[in-house]
Amino acid sequence: MGLIRTQEETGRHVRMLTHEIRSTLDRHTILKTTLVELGRTLALEECALWMPTRTGLELQLSYTLRQQNPVEYTVPIHLPVINQVFSSVRAVKISHSSPVARLRPLAVKYMPGEVVAIRVPLLHLSNFQINDWPEFPTKPYALMVLMLPSDSARQWHDHELELVEVVADQVAVALSHAAILEESMRARDLLMEQNVALDHARREAETAIRARNDFLAVMNHEMRTPMHAMIALSSLLQETKLTPEQRLMVETILRSSNLLDTLINDVLDLSRLEDGSLQLDVETFNLHAVFKEVLNLIKPVASVKKLMVTLNLAQELPVYAVGDEKRLMQTMLNVVGNAVKFSKEGSISIAAFVEKSESLRDSRAPDFFPVPSDNHFYLRVQVKDSGSGISPQDIPKIFTKFSQTQSLVTRNSGGSGLGLAISKRFVNLMGGHIWLESEGIGKGCTATFVVKLGIPGLSNESKFPFAPKVPANHGQTDFPGLKALVMDDSGVSRMVTEGLLVHLGCEVTTVSSSEECLRVVSHEHHVVFLDVCAPGIDGYELAANIREKFTRQLEKPLIIALTGDTTDKVTKENCARFGINGVLMKPVSVDKMRSTLSELWTNGFYTRPS
Amino acid sequence: MDGVAQLQKQLVDFTDSLFQEGFLDEQFNQLQQLQDESNPDFVVEVVSLFFEDSERLLNELAKALEQKTIDFRKVDAHVHQFKGSSSSIGAQRVQKVCIAFRNYCEEQNIEGCLKCLQQVKLEYSLVKNKLETLFKIEKQLIAAGGSIPT
Repeated sequence: MGLIRTQEETGRHVRMLTHEIRSTLDRHTILKTTLVELGRTLALEECALWMPTRTGLELQLSYTLRQQNPVEYTVPIHLPVINQVFSSVRAVKISHSSPVARLRPLAVKYMPGEVVAIRVPLLHLSNFQINDWPEFPTKPYALMVLMLPSDSARQWHDHELELVEVVADQVAVALSHAAILEESMRARDLLMEQNVALDHARREAETAIRARNDFLAVMNHEMRTPMHAMIALSSLLQETKLTPEQRLMVETILRSSNLLDTLINDVLDLSRLEDGSLQLDVETFNLHAVFKEVLNLIKPVASVKKLMVTLNLAQELPVYAVGDEKRLMQTMLNVVGNAVKFSKEGSISIAAFVEKSESLRDSRAPDFFPVPSDNHFYLRVQVKDSGSGISPQDIPKIFTKFSQTQSLVTRNSGGSGLGLAISKRFVNLMGGHIWLESEGIGKGCTATFVVKLGIPGLSNESKFPFAPKVPANHGQTDFPGLKALVMDDSGVSRMVTEGLLVHLGCEVTTVSSSEECLRVVSHEHHVVFLDVCAPGIDGYELAANIREKFTRQLEKPLIIALTGDTTDKVTKENCARFGINGVLMKPVSVDKMRSTLSELWTNGFYTRPS
Repeated sequence: MDGVAQLQKQLVDFTDSLFQEGFLDEQFNQLQQLQDESNPDFVVEVVSLFFEDSERLLNELAKALEQKTIDFRKVDAHVHQFKGSSSSIGAQRVQKVCIAFRNYCEEQNIEGCLKCLQQVKLEYSLVKNKLETLFKIEKQLIAAGGSIPT
């Protein structure tokens, strides 16, 4: 416990003290350690720390060196001596009779030692929510009081005062670190609690959904069985000999059963649509066929009502598209069905177009911003009827579930009320929009919807199950096991194409006519090369036929058209329409064939990001 | 050794001249690329097939154009085939005539068609000769123990 003799020693002591003080993050330890170390280094009789109270109006004796359990004296904060110390950055000598210096019992007869006091800056507490430290309008300080031993005739030396000042600062820093640590730990605990709660809530929600789905599945089945019986038996009953009244009754039973059946399906669909668990079944399908099917389904009903139904498919409408065929048909049936339902006479026209980009921004659908891209197109379907129409104020309610306006409901209409709501959800899922327009009651109605469909092509096909020998991004030099079929009516061309493919490692079969091609093509062929400009052979039709031969997506081969025509007969649109995946100009160079096969390989193996 | 080098030079020079005079184009090079150990006679085979095919087509064309009423669609079909096969082996001049030939067919121009028929016959026999000479030199080179420069 030597006294400090020199400047260097001061420095050394400062460093040591700092190290001790900063070695802990616990507030109390910091403060206690400070006092202990100071007491030791300076051989103090007593050392104490006065902290501001919650109210900020008093200083309370919080820590002392010598006394184990200091009596909790308080002094008012605005004492002149305190103000003096607080307004100086330096250690200030104070009288030993000053209230803050009355730390020891006054049993001392001898000369009490000199006392200094220094302010210790505390954090700006408004930055942290530390609960038991009060908020202050001004910078708060604590007061450290240091007392030299009595009867020692020691005096405070400058370097000792310097030491005290440095330590006071260090204490402030250490305290701020401790405060930050406390706060971050508090925040972390809070977060953990919230996470646990969220997780719990999520699991509950999942359980609820699962339970709901299970319930629906069971109920669905349970409900369908009697429904089916009702419908089947009523139909059979209709075929028997009945009196007119009986027939009427049976027809009503049948109609109601059908309605109920539809309702059951709709409820199941809608509940899955509502919670977002419905996913579209996306596949390549024949778009034209869907329209024809809708027409076939609706014609009988329409003709009974003596309604004329016309279908108009635009020229550039692709034959094949990628999307959810079943739900697109459902939507169309719903829209067309409504048109038929609400028309007593006249005609229904169905028109389908490919939406051009300029007309995609429709003023009637202001929050709809379609973005056409290379792989997609927008299908617009418009169904016009000359039926009972809708009054303008009812139009907004049309798509809400279960709402039926009086003017729409006739005695025989029997609308389920859910159909349009579901159609709207389907259309939205397909990235589109649906709306109705009518000039008013009795003036007919036009229903329009726009949906986004994909163009069948490289990005949608993924058929190659095995990995190329060479890493794909270096370009395939070899395509072992790639089975190719070449259709060309010219012997020389056939031979050259075959030689080309064999050179690249493929297994090649050649045919010279469409019939042979259709006969020979199998699900084992990965790619078919067709000469599309051979006169007398309709390459496009052949391509369509090849695709139709295979029902499963994975079995369909990629089709590449070969053409020697320099005229642009073979366009991208034509190819898309008939399901042709690529075009090559004859004669094909080795490099071109290699890079084409390479591209197919990569696109078939990895799906191309859209 | 000297003989081989000489033959090689002869081959290279002759081939170059064929390209320069437009008898053959890049496609012929492509065909040569497809020839390898697993397919050592590829070029000869393809060219032979071309000769057979062409002779058949030329006969058909002559017959079709001799008819009282000419079926231009049929003529066009043949020319189209001829154009395809000649382009497949790189017989550039033949191909060019075929293109003109097809135009006349579209216009139903009998004069033009007959003229083109004569022209295509001529070009065909020229390129046939050239190719046969080429193959002969190659054969000699191989027989002398050399190899065809790539």
